[in-house]
Amino acid sequence: MTMIFGVPLAVFMGQLTLGLVNGAFYALLSLGLAVIFGLLKIVNFAHGAQYMLGAFAALLGFRYLGINYWLALFLVPLVVGAFGVLLERFLLRRIAHLDHLYGLLLTFGLALIFEGTLVNFFGVSGARYATPEILQGGLNLGFMFLPTYRAWVLVAALAMCLFTWFMIERTRLGAYLRAGTENSQLMQAFGVNVPLLITLTYGFGVGLAAFAGVLAAPLYPVSPTMGSSLLIVVFAVVVIGGMGSILGAIITGLAMGIIEGLTKVYYPEASNTVIFLVMILVLMLRPVGLFGKEA
Amino acid sequence: MAESQTMTAPSVVLERQKRAKFRRNMFYLALIVAGLVAPFLAYPVFLMKVLCFALFACAFNLLLGYAGLLSFGHAAFLATGGYVTGYLLASYPGLTPELGIIAGTLLATLLGVVFGVLSIRRQGIYFAMVTLAIAQLVYFMFVQAPFTGGEDGLHGVPRGELFGLISLSSNLAMYYFVFAIFIFGFALIQRTVHSPFGQVLKAIRENEPRAVSLGYNVDAYKLVAFVISAGLAGLAGSTKTVVFQLASLTDAHWHMSGEVILMTLLGGVGTLLGPLMGAGIVVSLQHILAQSPLGNWVSVILGIIFVICVLSFRSGIIGELDKMYRKNFK
Amino acid sequence: MTFMKKTLAASIAVAAASSLAVSTAQADMSDGEIRIGYLADMSGTYRDLAGPGGEAALEMAVEDFGGSVNGSPIVVFSADDRNSADVGANTVRGWIDQDNVDMVAGLVASSVSIAVTKVLEENNGLGIVSGSAASSITNEHCTPNHIHWVYDTYPLANGTAKAVVEQGGDSWFMLTADYAFGHALEADVTKVVEESGGEIVGGVRHPFPTNDFSSYILQAQGSGAKIIGLANAGADTVNAITTASQFGITQSGQQLAGLLIFLNDVHALGLEATQGLLLTTGWYWDMDEQSREWAQRYFDEVGRMPTMVQAGIYSSTMHYLKAVEAAGTDDPETVRAQMAEMPVEDFFARNGTIREDGRMIHDMYLAQVKTPEESTGEWDLYEILSTIPAEEAYRPLSESQCKLVQN
Repeated sequence: MTMIFGVPLAVFMGQLTLGLVNGAFYALLSLGLAVIFGLLKIVNFAHGAQYMLGAFAALLGFRYLGINYWLALFLVPLVVGAFGVLLERFLLRRIAHLDHLYGLLLTFGLALIFEGTLVNFFGVSGARYATPEILQGGLNLGFMFLPTYRAWVLVAALAMCLFTWFMIERTRLGAYLRAGTENSQLMQAFGVNVPLLITLTYGFGVGLAAFAGVLAAPLYPVSPTMGSSLLIVVFAVVVIGGMGSILGAIITGLAMGIIEGLTKVYYPEASNTVIFLVMILVLMLRPVGLFGKEA
Repeated sequence: MAESQTMTAPSVVLERQKRAKFRRNMFYLALIVAGLVAPFLAYPVFLMKVLCFALFACAFNLLLGYAGLLSFGHAAFLATGGYVTGYLLASYPGLTPELGIIAGTLLATLLGVVFGVLSIRRQGIYFAMVTLAIAQLVYFMFVQAPFTGGEDGLHGVPRGELFGLISLSSNLAMYYFVFAIFIFGFALIQRTVHSPFGQVLKAIRENEPRAVSLGYNVDAYKLVAFVISAGLAGLAGSTKTVVFQLASLTDAHWHMSGEVILMTLLGGVGTLLGPLMGAGIVVSLQHILAQSPLGNWVSVILGIIFVICVLSFRSGIIGELDKMYRKNFK
Repeated sequence: MTFMKKTLAASIAVAAASSLAVSTAQADMSDGEIRIGYLADMSGTYRDLAGPGGEAALEMAVEDFGGSVNGSPIVVFSADDRNSADVGANTVRGWIDQDNVDMVAGLVASSVSIAVTKVLEENNGLGIVSGSAASSITNEHCTPNHIHWVYDTYPLANGTAKAVVEQGGDSWFMLTADYAFGHALEADVTKVVEESGGEIVGGVRHPFPTNDFSSYILQAQGSGAKIIGLANAGADTVNAITTASQFGITQSGQQLAGLLIFLNDVHALGLEATQGLLLTTGWYWDMDEQSREWAQRYFDEVGRMPTMVQAGIYSSTMHYLKAVEAAGTDDPETVRAQMAEMPVEDFFARNGTIREDGRMIHDMYLAQVKTPEESTGEWDLYEILSTIPAEEAYRPLSESQCKLVQN
């Protein structure tokens, strides 16, 4: 049997694949953070809570309205995104002119409110969301048994990442967005409705988080606290990647998923910490992050 | 005429400054007296909790209010102080509490140097996120380190005898010890803020490029402020461990870093008394809510206060009072 | 010191009361009231295990007892410990110093329970721990001032591991949470498995908490062990079980053994993911007529079936009140002695006695989670396979490190 660093090749490949699946989640979430940060310059501390809201919306939509998974995958990001639009319009905009740290604090407060409220209604044990029929079962990849749903998550998340990248880098709307990031006053002078652009961008970022939430619902127990632990990891991913580029967020997310996955084989005790260690290393060598631009 | 006016102006200013200083001193004296009498009016253990968190918030405020750095990882220092002190006092029965507290504070200070070196070159949001991430690393270490007892926490820390002489087992004796520590920490911060060092810090906060162009080594100033703040946060944690005779993961969790921000924000960022006020309110609120039918809603209520503070109450209670005072009496 | 003051106050009260010719029984209750404090996690991880539902069980007990003992009314305080040892310890300190609370019930997170029992020992109070899992609570952390009621990790590991090996599950892969609690559980299981003739073929220690278990499940799958033992708790266990079902662990012939899993976890996970899981429980609502009857009353009030912890809170409160009544006082030491003298025998506990280390030992049950086809209702989740007698279930006193036990 071929061995890689003392581990059978099959196991190595298996862990690599699983790491990639987790990385896809990191990529999707850090992408949302990066998009929001780009234009609003705030760190969206409520991102984890919004991811959780996505999962809950799917769960409750199914339970009370009979909305199936596929419809939820489409509807939930819109609904939660619309909720994000309201948050931006009525709360975040009021502090837009202040130090951006206030944005972080405001969204932190919002995260506490969302989580606390849902804990009171649904407890914390977490509920199950059934995997859609067609994605049940697994694929035999030769080196491992990969549940079909995980394969789907990888495909769907990457597709969404590429779609976002394309939107921002290759379309007119994206061009406005990038320009707004560089110099919003000038954009305003050119007649672009920058406040609207900002509102929609926040909504889009929140929608991305909700999309990740729906993807996660069949994988993990749906509980009000599912987002908060993940959020800190995603923050570290963002610091490593640097807030500069969309592509940077995607690549770093995937890479961190793989690194974490491999750590689970070689030194499982450290698998929760390895991303933070990488972060410290990166900070010492390149303080602006791997893809960040010097300020 | 004109000459005499210019002559009197400085002395008037001096006089006014003198009076302001006198008023301030009287105010602090009143505060100390209030602190000395307090345990006879309220439950001492509750007061000690308020003082520990107030010191923690004051330390945090030194960084946010005077150096303009928002750390989202201050729980790490609180917990390090607590665990080190707790571990030493519980394992070496001969050790007196003040030595345990000093050791805890020193280690927290050292950790502050590590944090500072890694994060100080980043600003604003990046700084907040970097400190948060390093604090998370520290949290994981505490979960797994054998001496912390993991989830169970570190228990059975003796209060012991101060200097080997005064037993701290009575709440009253313990209270005065904690009060003395608080006064020490508060005075240190007060001195730091009003010293030339503090002035430079404020200058950096207001306009960093200008401070650089004036020839100040900005990073060094920020680092020193960070380390002082970390050390005092550690002191708060160490003291807290001796009071409650335990150390637990709650102190290391990032929610704790959020809570101290809330206390400072609510009381008033950049005011000396704000953190004390904020800590008092948040601790009382938690205490009251926990035993009321609204108990399940603690985190929601804290979240709402957070949002209100940020949206329309940014100078905090002390800050707003100060504004009102200036408007009406000057 | 505070206790001296209290007894002094009590004796003054006694003198005053007898001069007023009130019945002495009532006068022996401090403040003329029985004060019970309910401390539990009301909003965090353990909310569903005890939480508000446990408080409801406590209130039910007080009500069923008639609301008063020998004419002294029973008053219930309650507080959320938010899973924080210092919040818990502080609350109880305040209850004792300011409110003269006579007994503290609930007590869920092990960290909180250990902290609270230290406070109780110092102030000579009384506590009944119902929710905590740590067996250290009546081992190295034992005090004369508390009783551990419902279960602990020893019978859970012991009962499940032994039964599983006896059924042919003789090779184990351990999935262990990497902190003190997980290590202790792993050690207990390893010992029992090896003594019963089984073998631990491998294991992995995962960080606490872990969000994604797929990698570890894959490693467990590759080990070829017949049984995957879950030496973790709460969300970690739930996550591990979910992931295992996604990877078709049970279909491929491996079986899971949950060492610390509760009714509310199984309910939340659903039978699809948990079917076939073996576990040990202290009580199950559907185990006999007596239990069903009480559980139905509880269900009508709360809207959920009670967990073993919630049932235990009712049982322990009842036992406490009976002891207070029998002793004619709420003095902690006397009541503690009285409680130990009376056997515990109710819908919850069979063959129950309180040992000198504070452990209430009673029959435990080996259960298996039903398949979706077998289940007839939302809460029809377990099948009780066998009874583990009280004496065998818990850690024998001969192995105890408790300072109250002479070895």
